[in-house]
Amino acid sequence: MTSPSTPPPPRRLARLLLIATAVVAVVAAGVAALLINILERKQEARNPFFRVVEIDDRTEDPAVWGRNFPQQYDLYRRTVDQVRTRFGGSEAVPRTPSDVDPRSVVARSKVEADPRLATMWAGYPFAVDYREARGHAYMLEDQTFTERQRVVKQPGTCLNCHASTYVAYQTLGEGDIVRGFERLNALPWAEAKEYVRHPVSCIDCHDPASMQLRITRPAFMEGIRALKAAQGVADYDVNRDATRQEMRSFVCGQCHVEYYFKGTEKRLVYPWARGHKIEDMLAYYDDIDFADWTHAETGARVLKAQHPEFELWRQGIHARAGVACADCHMPYQRVGAFKISDHHVRSPLLNINRACQTCHNVPEEELKERAEEIQHRIHDLRDRALDALVDLIHDLAAARAAGMSDEALAPARRLQRHAQFRVDYVESENSTGFHAPQEAARIVAEAIDLARQGQLALREAGFRRP
Amino acid sequence: MRGRRTLIAASLSFSAVLGVALGLGLYTFVYARGASYLTNDPAACANCHVMAEHYAAWMKSSHRHVAVCNDCHTPHAPLPKYTTKASNGFWHSFAFTSGEFPDPLRIKDSNRRVTEAACRRCHGAVVAAMDTGHAGARTVACLRCHSRVGHL
Repeated sequence: MTSPSTPPPPRRLARLLLIATAVVAVVAAGVAALLINILERKQEARNPFFRVVEIDDRTEDPAVWGRNFPQQYDLYRRTVDQVRTRFGGSEAVPRTPSDVDPRSVVARSKVEADPRLATMWAGYPFAVDYREARGHAYMLEDQTFTERQRVVKQPGTCLNCHASTYVAYQTLGEGDIVRGFERLNALPWAEAKEYVRHPVSCIDCHDPASMQLRITRPAFMEGIRALKAAQGVADYDVNRDATRQEMRSFVCGQCHVEYYFKGTEKRLVYPWARGHKIEDMLAYYDDIDFADWTHAETGARVLKAQHPEFELWRQGIHARAGVACADCHMPYQRVGAFKISDHHVRSPLLNINRACQTCHNVPEEELKERAEEIQHRIHDLRDRALDALVDLIHDLAAARAAGMSDEALAPARRLQRHAQFRVDYVESENSTGFHAPQEAARIVAEAIDLARQGQLALREAGFRRP
Repeated sequence: MRGRRTLIAASLSFSAVLGVALGLGLYTFVYARGASYLTNDPAACANCHVMAEHYAAWMKSSHRHVAVCNDCHTPHAPLPKYTTKASNGFWHSFAFTSGEFPDPLRIKDSNRRVTEAACRRCHGAVVAAMDTGHAGARTVACLRCHSRVGHL
């Protein structure tokens, strides 16, 4: 007894069965996906890596390491990316390649963007060419082709931090890396370059047998030893005594530091024998009466601050909390069943989620604003400090042209040296103060005061602006 | 009688499909150590590699001697406890299989409420005097300051 409008029961049942089958199929597909996913993770966890090539203490080429550690290598290769942040990073600027410089892409020139820097560095190669720093992948190429190479003869020492030098140390030192380091420093740059092939590579930070972090730069071993001695720790051997978490900053501190070239042998030295703060380093330089160059406009014997990221970070709240360089610049990330550190070393502002939010449970936008606000304040202060310094330089140059004696100029020149090192310290440091905001603000505030004191000293010596 | 035969054939096919799905489900349950999730053993939560760090951090935390995962992440009463486990079990499986989840992991509001209640179950006497908010509006949350007592 069926009405014509409803289908007969078997057909209704058939439709019901069809729907039920479809539902079961979807559930089964989901379960299968889960099963496969668990299977994959279990497989991954069982084999942390496949050793397809043997790596030893002379394996320099990162591509060889990359065959055993493809995930880390893949990330490492991405340091070619050029991405701007509000106050740094690098964006790709096209240029026409020439015979002496085949680069078709470079980073923005800082001396062109702010001519005050050229005034600060007058008479020093940085006044000729100074650009935003690009990623690790470019370190060797950018040093090879910078115009600074053409205005001065640089020593091999520069390569300590512009190339993978560990194997070069061994070759030059016949197995003794300290002797190799000394020989590399003493060579002219072009000759030293023959011994290196890659930008910073796996072997510069990792022990090939255990993959543990390892210090390979003699300058850091000696610098940290001197620093520890100043703090009352005798006979400090960084590769023996440092903790794993310390190593996650120390490997970066092998290069991201203040340094100078000592003596005619051009030995790379980190000026930490009196301590790590800017005053300690400045006092160290004053003690040995060191100057990087004599300022072209004022005749003052001045210093070039390098890139003291490691030293400034040590004064900040993150260092105090035990946060290492790698925690923010190489944060852990999940790849399948693994947790690996991101070998695409870059600004945390380009990776806020993993770099900051692991600890700071705050929205991404808010974190970015907070960081940029700090940088904005330091940048404004640094602006005023540069103005003050340039005013002092102009006054000194005018006083010198007016015939004021070296003796009368001496106090102002000394103030220029001290003010300039401070401005340069914050300017050359690659975080616009973020690594230690209060310390950075203190340093530039002192620079403003010292520069203005210098102008006053000139007036006390009888200088009147024409 | 053709209809009846079709009916039997269709029902048998469906039973077969259902059986396959059931078998697959059971196999997955065993393979994924599903039964361990019904226990209180913290190691069960780290079956999944995504929890390995939380488990390791808990082992070094101040609460390791007094509370296991379930003490803070599931309600106390049996029915809500297993409902919470089932719901989280489903959503975790879904998220990790589809890959759609935030990394670093973030706790959901419903789970945060469970944990907040768990703090107060043990420490209620201590915090009663601090709870100065009006009735119903909790302005003070234990987890706001003490989010790391269980694990990082």
